[in-house]
Amino acid sequence: MSLEKITRVAGRGVCVPGNDIDTDRIIPARYLKCVTFDGLGEGLFYDVRKNPDGSEKPHPLNEPRFKGAQILLSGANFGCGSSREHAPQAIQKYGFKAVVAESYAEIFFGNSTTLGLVCATAQRADIAQVAAALDAHPQAELVLDVTAQELRFGSQSIKVGIRDTARDALVNGRWDPIAELLEGAGAVKATATGLPYLAK
Amino acid sequence: MSKNLFEKVWDAHTVRTLANGQTQLLIGTHLIHEVTSPQAFGMLRDLGLKVAMPHRTFATVDHIVPTDQFAEPYADPLAQEMMDALRQNCAEFGITFFDRGTGKQGIVHIVGPEQGITQPGTTIACGDSHTSTHGAFGAIAFGTGTTQIRDVLATQTIALGKLKVRRINVTGRLGPGVYAKDVILHIIRVLGVNGGTGFAYEYGGEVFDRFTMEERMTVCNMSIEGGARAGYVNPDETTFAFLKGRPYAPKGAAWDAAVLRWKSFASDPGCKFDDVVTIDAAVIAPTVTWGINPSQGIAITESIPDPAKATAVDEKASIEEALAYMKLKPGAPIKGTKIDVAFIGSCTNGRLSDFQEVARHLKGRRVAPGVKAIAVPGSQGVRVLCEQLGLDQIFRDAGFEWREAGCSMCLAMNSDKLVGDQLCASSSNRNFKGRQGSPTGRTILMSPLMVAAAAVAGTIADAREVFHVSAN
Ligand code: SF4
Repeated sequence: MSLEKITRVAGRGVCVPGNDIDTDRIIPARYLKCVTFDGLGEGLFYDVRKNPDGSEKPHPLNEPRFKGAQILLSGANFGCGSSREHAPQAIQKYGFKAVVAESYAEIFFGNSTTLGLVCATAQRADIAQVAAALDAHPQAELVLDVTAQELRFGSQSIKVGIRDTARDALVNGRWDPIAELLEGAGAVKATATGLPYLAK
Repeated sequence: MSKNLFEKVWDAHTVRTLANGQTQLLIGTHLIHEVTSPQAFGMLRDLGLKVAMPHRTFATVDHIVPTDQFAEPYADPLAQEMMDALRQNCAEFGITFFDRGTGKQGIVHIVGPEQGITQPGTTIACGDSHTSTHGAFGAIAFGTGTTQIRDVLATQTIALGKLKVRRINVTGRLGPGVYAKDVILHIIRVLGVNGGTGFAYEYGGEVFDRFTMEERMTVCNMSIEGGARAGYVNPDETTFAFLKGRPYAPKGAAWDAAVLRWKSFASDPGCKFDDVVTIDAAVIAPTVTWGINPSQGIAITESIPDPAKATAVDEKASIEEALAYMKLKPGAPIKGTKIDVAFIGSCTNGRLSDFQEVARHLKGRRVAPGVKAIAVPGSQGVRVLCEQLGLDQIFRDAGFEWREAGCSMCLAMNSDKLVGDQLCASSSNRNFKGRQGSPTGRTILMSPLMVAAAAVAGTIADAREVFHVSAN
């Protein structure tokens, strides 16, 4: 299985501000009633984006000028709450390729990386600077350089951080670990021998 | 060199270091449920892979099961589809399934310990963030995403970075009417919802030494709400006594060998931690949340925070957002807030001792008019034990509905949902916006006895007053 080497993500951006945006907000629990991940994009931020009758509420993702954005900006502790992979899946299926936020909840971060959804951190003031630029020029292209850990837009740029293990996995096309884990089968057997509770 | 439990268990389960520096970690016990596993089985099929150690994966069904209907087909066809998918996947891959008809079904984090599958010194993974519950036994247990469920199914391992360990001591004695739930709500209030990022929490001190296994589970369960991926308590005699005789616990000579081995995993005296926090039990009061994340809690005797008094800009904004959603008045006492629904259950507080403690006080009392109160045992095992003790009758006589086992209104994936902006006094673990099934529904987290007090009073109340709880 050969995977794409994700060294950069280029596309338009949108900012969904706020701290502690939890997985229930990203994808409400009723969208978890599914046996495949297809179609999850529709449920992204549903309850803050839409009224129960389906009409739209004011939300950045509803603004025509931000339609088609591929980089999502947000606040601190993004993706807290549940371990549901439905959350990064919904973000990815909606069309995003990267998230730039102040910080992430642990499980969300790991789940996203495994899907090849880049999660970069940045300083609050820097995110605000990008958000202001997007507000003025919603069509501008952002370039998230994974290798250089930089987000460039127009003539400006901000520093971003991507944890070493995740960056290595992304740029070397190893973000889905299954192939490497399977290669370790022999070593797994050896480790299991030392653990009596694993015996049949 | 002396080591803590986390390091010992981690080392014993380390297979090798991967190219990106992460560890390939052997997962001894894998638990699955209907919501997060079907896609993983789908990925497995797409890749043409088999389950590496089917005897180390155990399945149950909890999130979507109706608690007012046992017979299939379920009224909700999507729920039935998920049920059928799990049944089919377990049959196809040779996995033990505690199906509803077996009498062993329940919330995954209640079933594992109940069956004796959850054991000290082991690694446990489950596609569910409250897997941290199992750490109560001295296991390293954490929640994973669906792709990692695939990884565990296919290889019995996952790729993971090592966590740091924070020791949390709770010293002294808890006051009357103060429970394990208050301890963890207090810890999260002090350390914050992301204070635990990158950490496993080791809980200890006199309070934990005295705690029963069920109380330890309540605390470990909510580690994740404080951002810690795992939480654990060192195994001791309380742990072994709980496990002895359970279906999957070792028997005879194997039992003695296992206990010796389990003891060896406990943190060494004088071992190092990356951080240490000490909390005096005497300062912990019955705690309730007022906001939209579990760290937004106060003692029942306190007033709702006022954003005008916030010192940081962030704090001000988050209080304002929370109060707007919760429709609560800054500066007002939380006590006396009218409730619509009372829910006792979930993997945090849906165990036998939770229902016993409530029944002891609820006997002869009545739920206030206009309050919908439901009691949902966390497993069929818990339900049967409660019924043998006649607890169900006490709940029914008081005006509670007594239900079948499942997650129920903790996340409302079945038909147990809040309606509109109803306010629910809940013994569950999350008060996120819309968590209990209505996009505008409101949740106040508290201990089961506090839920019962709210149900009886019709408002958020101090259980110590409602039930005349005093030191005994
Ligand atoms: S009871 Fe709630 S928190 Fe626990 S497993 Fe079920 S849905 Fe998750």
